[in-house]
Amino acid sequence: MKQILTGNEAVARGALEAGVGFASAYPGTPSTEILENIGEKYSDTIICEWAPNEKVAMEAAIGASVMGARSMAVMKHVGVNVAADPLFTFAYTGVTGGMVLVSADDPGQHSSQNEQDNRNYAKSAKILMLEPSNSQEAKDMVVIGMELSEQFDSPVLLRMTTRICHSKSIVEFGEPKAVKVIPYKKNYAKYGIMFPEILKLHPKVEQRLKLAEEYSNASSLNVEEWNGSKVGVISAGVAYQYAKEVFGDKASYLKLGMTYPLPMAKILAFADKVDKLYVIEELEPFMEEQIKAAGIDCVGKELITSIGELNPDIVKKAIFNEENNILTFNKGLVTQRPATFCAGCPHRGFFYQLAKEKNIVISSDIGCYGLSGNAPYHAKDFAFCMGSGFSSAHGAAKVAQKHGAQQRLVGVMGDSTFFHSGMTSMLDAVYNNSNTLMCILDNRITGMTGHQENPGSGFTLDGEASTVTDIYQVVKALGVKHIRVINPLKLQDVKDAVNWGLSFDEPAVIITRWPCALKKLSQADKAEFGNYKIPVTVEADKCIGCKACMRAGCPALIYNMEKRKVTTDAVQCIGCEVCIQVCPKKAIKKVGAGE
Amino acid sequence: MRETKNIILCGVGGQGTILTSKVLSNCLMKAGYDVKMSEVHGMAQRGGSVTTQVRFGDYVHSPIMGKGSADILVAFEKMEALRYLDMIKPEGKVILNDYEIASSTVLAGEEEYSSLILEEVTNAANASVLNACKIAGNIGNVKAMNIVLLGCLVKFMNLGELDWDTAIRENVKPSLVDLNIKAFYAGLGAVSN
Repeated sequence: MKQILTGNEAVARGALEAGVGFASAYPGTPSTEILENIGEKYSDTIICEWAPNEKVAMEAAIGASVMGARSMAVMKHVGVNVAADPLFTFAYTGVTGGMVLVSADDPGQHSSQNEQDNRNYAKSAKILMLEPSNSQEAKDMVVIGMELSEQFDSPVLLRMTTRICHSKSIVEFGEPKAVKVIPYKKNYAKYGIMFPEILKLHPKVEQRLKLAEEYSNASSLNVEEWNGSKVGVISAGVAYQYAKEVFGDKASYLKLGMTYPLPMAKILAFADKVDKLYVIEELEPFMEEQIKAAGIDCVGKELITSIGELNPDIVKKAIFNEENNILTFNKGLVTQRPATFCAGCPHRGFFYQLAKEKNIVISSDIGCYGLSGNAPYHAKDFAFCMGSGFSSAHGAAKVAQKHGAQQRLVGVMGDSTFFHSGMTSMLDAVYNNSNTLMCILDNRITGMTGHQENPGSGFTLDGEASTVTDIYQVVKALGVKHIRVINPLKLQDVKDAVNWGLSFDEPAVIITRWPCALKKLSQADKAEFGNYKIPVTVEADKCIGCKACMRAGCPALIYNMEKRKVTTDAVQCIGCEVCIQVCPKKAIKKVGAGE
Repeated sequence: MRETKNIILCGVGGQGTILTSKVLSNCLMKAGYDVKMSEVHGMAQRGGSVTTQVRFGDYVHSPIMGKGSADILVAFEKMEALRYLDMIKPEGKVILNDYEIASSTVLAGEEEYSSLILEEVTNAANASVLNACKIAGNIGNVKAMNIVLLGCLVKFMNLGELDWDTAIRENVKPSLVDLNIKAFYAGLGAVSN
């Protein structure tokens, strides 16, 4: 059976074929669809869960491995930073059931705040690493990764990139393996991480790396394709596909599927046979530096950029200084099309109003509300990582206060981000007597990654009902005395709440509560929010074309240049009513509403 | 050996470019081609610029192509055609949906949506312009304009003999199969090669 699958769908299939018993993840582009697919297709076989954050996902997967099941933790590249703490010690103890950590890197920063190269994690943690170059390999490497994990007593890093995760190619399916859970036996020397046994682990890790390098040298994961001795190319991952596209059969290749430890003896033998050796890799000179350190002459980053995502063009230009002919046209006419809040997004009302406040600095976070920095709101001042919203606001607030700055700090993050690492972020502000106003924009779902359940949504990954963690009660328990819950689409309520929150010289919290405009409403949502999805319409005779409503930035509003009037797109509009409140002429009404 | 063909579809999030390329690549795979498809969608669910690339032939290496490489560009929105026009070969073809979606910068009054976009594309490239929205509307649902455009694409690729009905049936919601098959044939008939 063959299907055309994304790399992410293929990894999910690989989990089934590898006999994975437990998988956990925190959603993050480009990794999200891996667990979604496991949840949709294989939840009968595989225990699969969304974790509140990546560290917790990693720790849960470690527990599953210790209990004897093959396990997986899945996350985007920056998620591995969060999970690094358990990873580095698990790398010492080793596994019981095989364990694969999937890191989905994002060269080109399509949807990420940096483009760190997580291959370095394999080297730092001293664990084995596999890199697929298409969907077939992505699937197969989950299976191989599990076997290697058990063989070498090490977690294995399966390093994907956006282009592998989100590209589709043809995959031939294999048979799912029936893998028995290894019966639990207490092994304190291995897992107790206490003196003196702990001292025996590091030497074991070094020994393991030596054996793994021998395997890497002999393995068919690292394969030579011989086309003559003139030019040799060493490459891995999607960069290998670009190299094939550019060099064709005019070069010989050493295609690496296992990139840590590198098969240095095989590389040396290959290098000896070719006149000129190129190393073609995306982002950092990860392979090149190790190859050069082994005394092998090669050309890599002196020609090929370490910035951004590669493609065949970039490689061709770098190596051959050749470019394709393109059409000539006036590119100056092209307007920007930045991502924006959807029609009916509950963040629109909140930021439309918040952006009007003078003398505030907005410390935002990772999520849709990060788009508040774009036109037309230009609200957000800064953001760094998941959970930084409140703690960075707090640090800034302390300095502002001590040095007499005019600005007050407002921290903003979403519900899922709050559960991820925002709770400790808030605790920092509370514990240290901050005067930061902290806003949790609770849209009842994990929005930006495409609607994953979270501890506040009432459901688990496989759709089971679950305990709803009450954000209000959490905030209260953290010690916040001033808490207000509002509907973010009511502009006057937002204004009043912000003024109220800034009136205190101690921590205050605003929780906005309204579902994501695209969320499929649950029974509980319907009971709470009712049927509000009735579009609005503009009465042409009342509209004076002042465009005040357009400045709320809703994509469902259309300005007609000739008539100098605004109309609405009934397909997109869900009747959030922000434009109704903004219009100075009361020209906008709900469809069906009378005079 | 069949030469690798390169297709780019571009539009605005929510227009259905991804579903279209899914139908396209599944049908090509079943017809025995090696196929690679790559989607680039930004962070937000809707409103951003979206492109997918489909490459097919006997053996395809890279899932993405460089500038000046596409045989056909299918633009679901006018501005997006101009944004990606440098992706096509100088002799490449543009299928242009005469449809306009203002971006947030245009809505905010920070930039202007030029009235010269259509002209600029048709002057620069070999373009076929159609109003897929109107064609889909006549069939019963403007949202089917993506499959109308697929029909046009299939016409220009000379791939009408493949089993598109099955590909549509297997990749769209059951309730929308008939509508989309109608939309496909309307698109196929809307342009001449």
